[in-house]
Amino acid sequence: MSAPAPTVAALARGLAEGAFSSVELTRAYLERIAAAQPSLNAFITVTGESALKAAAEADAARAAGRAGRLTGVPIGHKDIFCTEGVLTTCGSKMLGNFVSPYDATIVSGLRAAGTVMLGKLNMDEFAMGSSNETSHFGPVRNPWDTQMVPGGSSGGSAASVAARIVPAATATDTGGSIRQPAALCGVTGIKPTYGRCSRYGMIAFASSLDQAGLITVSAEDAALLLGPMSGFDPRDSTSVDSPVPDYTATLGDSLQGLTIGLVREFFDKGLDAACEQRIRDAIAVYEKLGAKVREVSCPNLPLSVPTYYVVAPAECSSNLARFDGVRFGHRCDSPKNLLDLYCRSRGEGFGAEVKRRIMTGTYVLSAGYYDAYYLKAQRVRQLISADFARAFKECDLLFGPTTPTPAFRIGAKCDDPITMYLNDIYTIGANLAGLPGMSIPCGFVDGLPIGLQIVGPHFSEARMLNVAHRYQQETDWHLKTPSAFA
Amino acid sequence: MSLTRADIENIARLARLELTEAEIPVYVDSLSKIFAFVGELDRAPTAGIDPMAHPMPGLAQRLRADEVTETNRRDTFQQNAPKVEAGLYLVPKVIE
Repeated sequence: MSAPAPTVAALARGLAEGAFSSVELTRAYLERIAAAQPSLNAFITVTGESALKAAAEADAARAAGRAGRLTGVPIGHKDIFCTEGVLTTCGSKMLGNFVSPYDATIVSGLRAAGTVMLGKLNMDEFAMGSSNETSHFGPVRNPWDTQMVPGGSSGGSAASVAARIVPAATATDTGGSIRQPAALCGVTGIKPTYGRCSRYGMIAFASSLDQAGLITVSAEDAALLLGPMSGFDPRDSTSVDSPVPDYTATLGDSLQGLTIGLVREFFDKGLDAACEQRIRDAIAVYEKLGAKVREVSCPNLPLSVPTYYVVAPAECSSNLARFDGVRFGHRCDSPKNLLDLYCRSRGEGFGAEVKRRIMTGTYVLSAGYYDAYYLKAQRVRQLISADFARAFKECDLLFGPTTPTPAFRIGAKCDDPITMYLNDIYTIGANLAGLPGMSIPCGFVDGLPIGLQIVGPHFSEARMLNVAHRYQQETDWHLKTPSAFA
Repeated sequence: MSLTRADIENIARLARLELTEAEIPVYVDSLSKIFAFVGELDRAPTAGIDPMAHPMPGLAQRLRADEVTETNRRDTFQQNAPKVEAGLYLVPKVIE
């Protein structure tokens, strides 16, 4: 079989028309994965045998007339999602030997829709990172230039979709972990509304911010896959009971009358001038499609990074308290007593950045500091959320850059956590307010891709996907493939 | 703000993390920088603003009826445990 078609939509058509079988397709992707692994390190576990078995079942279902839209389409899962009987590491030594006894709800939803799991994708340890350099299993490399980071924490998902070694991948976003790597790898990423996709079986980092989503080639592909991942789940206490539309039904809707708000605070002095030009070019395409553009302001948005670095570590320190070396996960050798067992198992099992976040969180929640840090940050979070609500009275969607710069060199920002944290300056706001966000490819600077960010009101995924799709019909940035992986 | 070595040792103890000698000065430096950075929040006018406890406006934590919904899968779960015996999780002796 020749190089696979570029999109899930095209693969689904090929499967439906009998141009190739799911077994043939799956085998082709497994070969591409094996060939790219030495240069990209995008996978932690490849599940070749079970993938071929699932593909054969998909082909049998199709032969029996029981095929759905996604039957037989291979995908990858970020290694933060529990997959029954398969190693689930969350990029950490702590879970280096953890075989999940159950499936995450979104994993079973996508399987029920007929997708075939190719394996588990590399990521920053416990999703804490913006460059995929904190993974215990080594950094993922950017397929556009393997000296560069792919972004993080869903770096394996973004790099593998960009290199076309998986047709699409699941991912998660706590402060930008879908949108930022999607931008840096030149692919499409969607972080749905908080509560849209179940968090059950998604290893928790910061529970009031974490949300599952997708990295795909196109908005149409994201629309195809988002439905089976969405909906109410009684097993997630923050899952929202809201109807799930057919996200593909409105992809072609007109953009006449759409009002785009350009967030003034997103075009700050930190934004690279060449990146800004690509964003302005993309906005001009939207004007041609009938959208009106106006400037809006979210004055508290510049405080989103410091707010996040109180709230997220606080929740992380509490969530990661479960790793005690007793019931699962890493345990130190010959503990002297119970306290020694806890402290050494955790000290050895967690990497440097995870320990930094746990300690930051422990401090802001400790007696005497809770009001000054944690409550203060929760109040600022309210201000940021109110800024967005006010902006959406003046426009339908907010636009801006996803990141201030294109991908940076591996190792360039490892020594200074603040510089690293500022990569997420434009993406964190949506998480704090629980809003859906997307990043779509909109051009290149010095050969590296740039992403346009779209943020919408709660549960506006269908409109956002429509808006992204119409742009992708006018442009072909999303179809560009790094030459080494063409 | 500037943290001391004693502060870091105390935070690590609260967090049940053993740090190596080499790690301590790294965290003294980086946590000091992080707390200086989040200190920016002090200038935000938050008088009279309620802390945001849930990311979705108007929603609170959902509760469910207190009913048994899960089956006992102890043997499966214990396959991931570092040390078990006769269905029990083994830890160092706690009571002398």
